[in-house]
Amino acid sequence: MKIYLSWFFSILMIFLQIVGCQRSRAGITVAGSTSVEPFAELLAEEYMSRHLESHIYVQGGGSTAGIEAVKSHAANIGMSSRSLLPEEKNLYAVTIARDAITIIVHPKNPTTNLSLSQIKQVFSGKIRSWKELGGAAHPIILVNREEGSGTRESFQKFVMGKEEISLESLVQDSNGAIRQVVSNDPNAIGYISLGLVNEKVKALKLSGVEPDVTDIENGTYTLVRPFLFVFSGEPAGEAKSFLEFVLSPPAQNLLSKEGLVSILKPSGK
Amino acid sequence: MEIQEKIIEKTLLFVALSSIMILGLITFFIFEQGLPLIWKIGPRAFILGERWVPSQGSFGILPMIACSFWVTIGALALGIPLGLACAIFLSEWSPPSVGMVLRPAIQLLAAIPSVIYGFWGLIVLVPLVRNYLGGPGLSILSGSLILGFMILPTIISISEDSLNALPPSYKQGALALGATHWQAIWRVLIPAARSGIVTSIILGMGRAVGETMAMIMILGNAVKMPTSFLDSARTLTTNIGIEMGYASGDHRQALFATGVVLFIIIMLLNSLAIFLSRRRAG
Repeated sequence: MKIYLSWFFSILMIFLQIVGCQRSRAGITVAGSTSVEPFAELLAEEYMSRHLESHIYVQGGGSTAGIEAVKSHAANIGMSSRSLLPEEKNLYAVTIARDAITIIVHPKNPTTNLSLSQIKQVFSGKIRSWKELGGAAHPIILVNREEGSGTRESFQKFVMGKEEISLESLVQDSNGAIRQVVSNDPNAIGYISLGLVNEKVKALKLSGVEPDVTDIENGTYTLVRPFLFVFSGEPAGEAKSFLEFVLSPPAQNLLSKEGLVSILKPSGK
Repeated sequence: MEIQEKIIEKTLLFVALSSIMILGLITFFIFEQGLPLIWKIGPRAFILGERWVPSQGSFGILPMIACSFWVTIGALALGIPLGLACAIFLSEWSPPSVGMVLRPAIQLLAAIPSVIYGFWGLIVLVPLVRNYLGGPGLSILSGSLILGFMILPTIISISEDSLNALPPSYKQGALALGATHWQAIWRVLIPAARSGIVTSIILGMGRAVGETMAMIMILGNAVKMPTSFLDSARTLTTNIGIEMGYASGDHRQALFATGVVLFIIIMLLNSLAIFLSRRRAG
């Protein structure tokens, strides 16, 4: 019995030491919006390759979850793909980049261009067939983000205004899921982050304006929203140094390459 | 030595109780978080409301209750005949060699993670439904079919057990009176094993009502009253699963309140199953 007990305690000690070591190698946690997450992961990797002693843990969960996590100090930095609500204004938010919301359809869909008011009528359920938009007589399948999503809130604000998104629309809980559904259904239409558009879906022009970085920077493409880093107070320590890195030219160039719009003024403007 | 025995006994008792304590804690927190919102908007408005638009403060979950009901009925329509047929075959006809292959295969069906069912449904079943029957393909029909397969192991194994548990004299008696094998099964064995079969169906229903991941992927999650099996809709579980990431304030509480309703439904189904199987044993 005694031998067992001593074995038990020594294993316990080893275990505690391992746990203890991991604790002492302090890191910071970045949590929140699934739209920002892939970019934050990229930035974290780049940062860690420059600061070998640092550890940055990036987690998803959603904009609101990220902001909640910052409030409760479960995360050092929250990622948000929507502006802060009035009751969240006591937090410290920094715009790290801007992102365009792109309207996407199946590549086989002949439609290439829609106006803002057409999109509004489509998503509110007033236009129900592709025929009314010059396509074949197929019903339009709306694909929407879930209630509370930062992307949806921005879409509601910029496109729909007071109008309600049709309750008949399908609802998917991530940019990737929307892309998946639209890429499989020739009659579907949805909206995702510009940075996540790939060859499986077709990005529509908005009143003739292509959703690309130049048109976003000169303000002709209007469906643009901020990506925020949220702090519970003035950033300090590791979080501050990560934020400084994110705002620096090399990191901003990295984001531009991935399809986001840098917050740094492009040279010559 | 005696003290040691006592210590071990008490420790084991504590560990055993901790599982019940966790159940108690979960129940407490779901109700603590969910009930205030139900009282705030009124139980009637919550359960019978047809509009779910959290950003405007509309929290009606009738469409989700209806969808959970539709999907479950659909799943049972596929699962009961298939499962029962399989159970009868396994218990009455299957040669031992076939049973040795079939039983583990059915167990395997239960071990496949639901996300795999969902993925398979999304890639294979949904396009079939869309191309041949119309609509978005992400629909109650697709969800029902997948759920029907998912509840098969529950229905088959419990039904087969209850058929095997019958005294051999039932079948011998029926055969001796001149009944054919099928007549003996249909008129004597199935009625005699009825409570076990019903228990298996209710447990299958519990599984169907509680399934989340596969349903998020296949149902399309639209928030409206379903009017046809080709419509997209969302169940109580998928409502929680799909919106929890971004919910805060009342919206978050409303998801807990959805959980309260789900919890009550599942508790009722499980109590019914336990009650029926006790009656069988007694």
